Amino acid sequence: MTGFPRMGRVGLYVFLLISALYFIAPLYVIVGTSMKTMAEIRWGDMLALPESFNVQYWQHAWSSSCTGLNCDGLQAGFWNSVRILIPSVLLSVFIGALNGYALSFWRPRGANFLMAILVCGAFIPYQVLLYPLVRITNALDVYGSLQGIVLVHLIFSLPMTTLIFRNYYLTLPQELFKAARVDGAGFWRIFTSIVLPLSIPMLAVATILQVTNIWNDFLLGLIFAGKENLPMTVQLNNIVNSQLAERTYNTDMAATLLTAAVPLLVYFFSGKYFVRGIASGAVKG
Amino acid sequence: MQGPTSLQRCLLGLRRNPAYWLMLPLFGIALTVFVGCVLYSLLLSFTDSKLLPSYVFVEFKQYARLFISSRWTTSLQNLIIFGALYIVGCLVLGTLLAIALDQKVRGENWFRTLFLYPHALSYVVTGLAWQWLLNPAFGIQALVRDTGWESFTFDWLVNSETVIFAIIIAALWQGSGFIMALMLASLRSVDPEIWRATRIDGVPAWRTYWSVVLPSLAPMITFCIVLLGVSVVKSYDLVVAMTNGGPGIASELPAKFVVDHLFERNNIGLAMAGAGMLLVSVLCAAAPLWVLAAIRKRGANQ
Repeated sequence: MTGFPRMGRVGLYVFLLISALYFIAPLYVIVGTSMKTMAEIRWGDMLALPESFNVQYWQHAWSSSCTGLNCDGLQAGFWNSVRILIPSVLLSVFIGALNGYALSFWRPRGANFLMAILVCGAFIPYQVLLYPLVRITNALDVYGSLQGIVLVHLIFSLPMTTLIFRNYYLTLPQELFKAARVDGAGFWRIFTSIVLPLSIPMLAVATILQVTNIWNDFLLGLIFAGKENLPMTVQLNNIVNSQLAERTYNTDMAATLLTAAVPLLVYFFSGKYFVRGIASGAVKG
Repeated sequence: MQGPTSLQRCLLGLRRNPAYWLMLPLFGIALTVFVGCVLYSLLLSFTDSKLLPSYVFVEFKQYARLFISSRWTTSLQNLIIFGALYIVGCLVLGTLLAIALDQKVRGENWFRTLFLYPHALSYVVTGLAWQWLLNPAFGIQALVRDTGWESFTFDWLVNSETVIFAIIIAALWQGSGFIMALMLASLRSVDPEIWRATRIDGVPAWRTYWSVVLPSLAPMITFCIVLLGVSVVKSYDLVVAMTNGGPGIASELPAKFVVDHLFERNNIGLAMAGAGMLLVSVLCAAAPLWVLAAIRKRGANQ
């Protein structure tokens, strides 16, 4: 819609530009600080461009920044996050699609009741479930391991992935499914040759949503992954917030930037799908 | 003649509808985690569990202990301030941005991408970025002082009276783009006839938004309020990264209270009482949804 008088349009752009500054400033400052020497940071101002564009502090943050006495850099956290991310995302999206398919096309009795539990489950704060889940993963002997953290991610993503696939499948024509059944196709056959190919856009949306959610997780990784598998977010926080010596802001900001890089790349390259994801999976942890 | 027994019917159902095979584990997990675990946590909140769970029931003693702990009352107070300002701030800023982008502005895609990118980031990243920007020695305060305004103070982050507002600035940065995206999608789905009709009548655009368009989006706005409210109750990472609850206990939040008492202070009973209160808070945050459902039901009956 249009129809603002000219003064209004000027005001409109002023508002948008000021807002744009609020949103861009942190990213600009992170990138700038990550390239400055400590002397530049101490004596220069925050908004000044760095004197030279060097990625020396990025390398330092990646391979030799310290948490406590351990100075192996962020890279360990990065690879831990990758190891957590891949099985968690693949399995959670697959399970979500399968559940959504079973609940929407086959309509077993109790499906609505189950959905009600899952929707309520999405609202429960993690903190309420932490201790019981610690006991359960302990009993299964996976507490503090890669399997443990993947299992916990799967459990917590169950409501959202099931919900978004179910809602998507409800919009597909039931006739397709009925015709396949008349032709004698079974549960798996219909899923793999009809439903999955039709869900490619939703698979992309759910994957993007899960990649950002799981990559950005902090609490679950901290509690369930164990010391050997701490994800990048936890390690980043340890590097920045538990320094023994004088703080090195350039390395801190380089580490922050490296941790932000994965979701940022996903965001900038996925565009529309990201927006669809946050709209359909709005109830997130 | 006798009909099939319930067991026979069950087996028949399994053969006819294979989805039941999937339903069983799903039901099992959902009931165990989202019902069983919640009940177990609540049960523990009425016991005197410390380092290990105990089943000696002490009624509401843990809850009473909670409310005489200054750490908890500070947390709760922070939650209320943070919640109120965060929800209102996100709604106002997000809606204004959505309305602004709905005016066929140039570079709309650029603006939209820019307003939403913080939502893709981890709260840890947001917390550390704003910790740096709000650092009095190097951040915005130093920047303004360098321009010659020597007495300028913007030390919210290190001042226990104002630290919660510093956290709100960071949270708004991450959250309002999300509301903008949801609201913009709803604004685009508003019937264009409304605009044509009001323009012919000479109604100013702001008036149309205020009296016609926004009220018609009330269900969407209610949904946004609930989402924001629930995310407020869950807030944990942002504070841990930005202040770790400091200075002192000035920026503690209830979700952090629970985690700290579980894993650092080994006080399961007290932590679970806090978790029980989180559950109550989430129910309060979700209350607008029930009100909305009730209104709809009444509308449908009439």
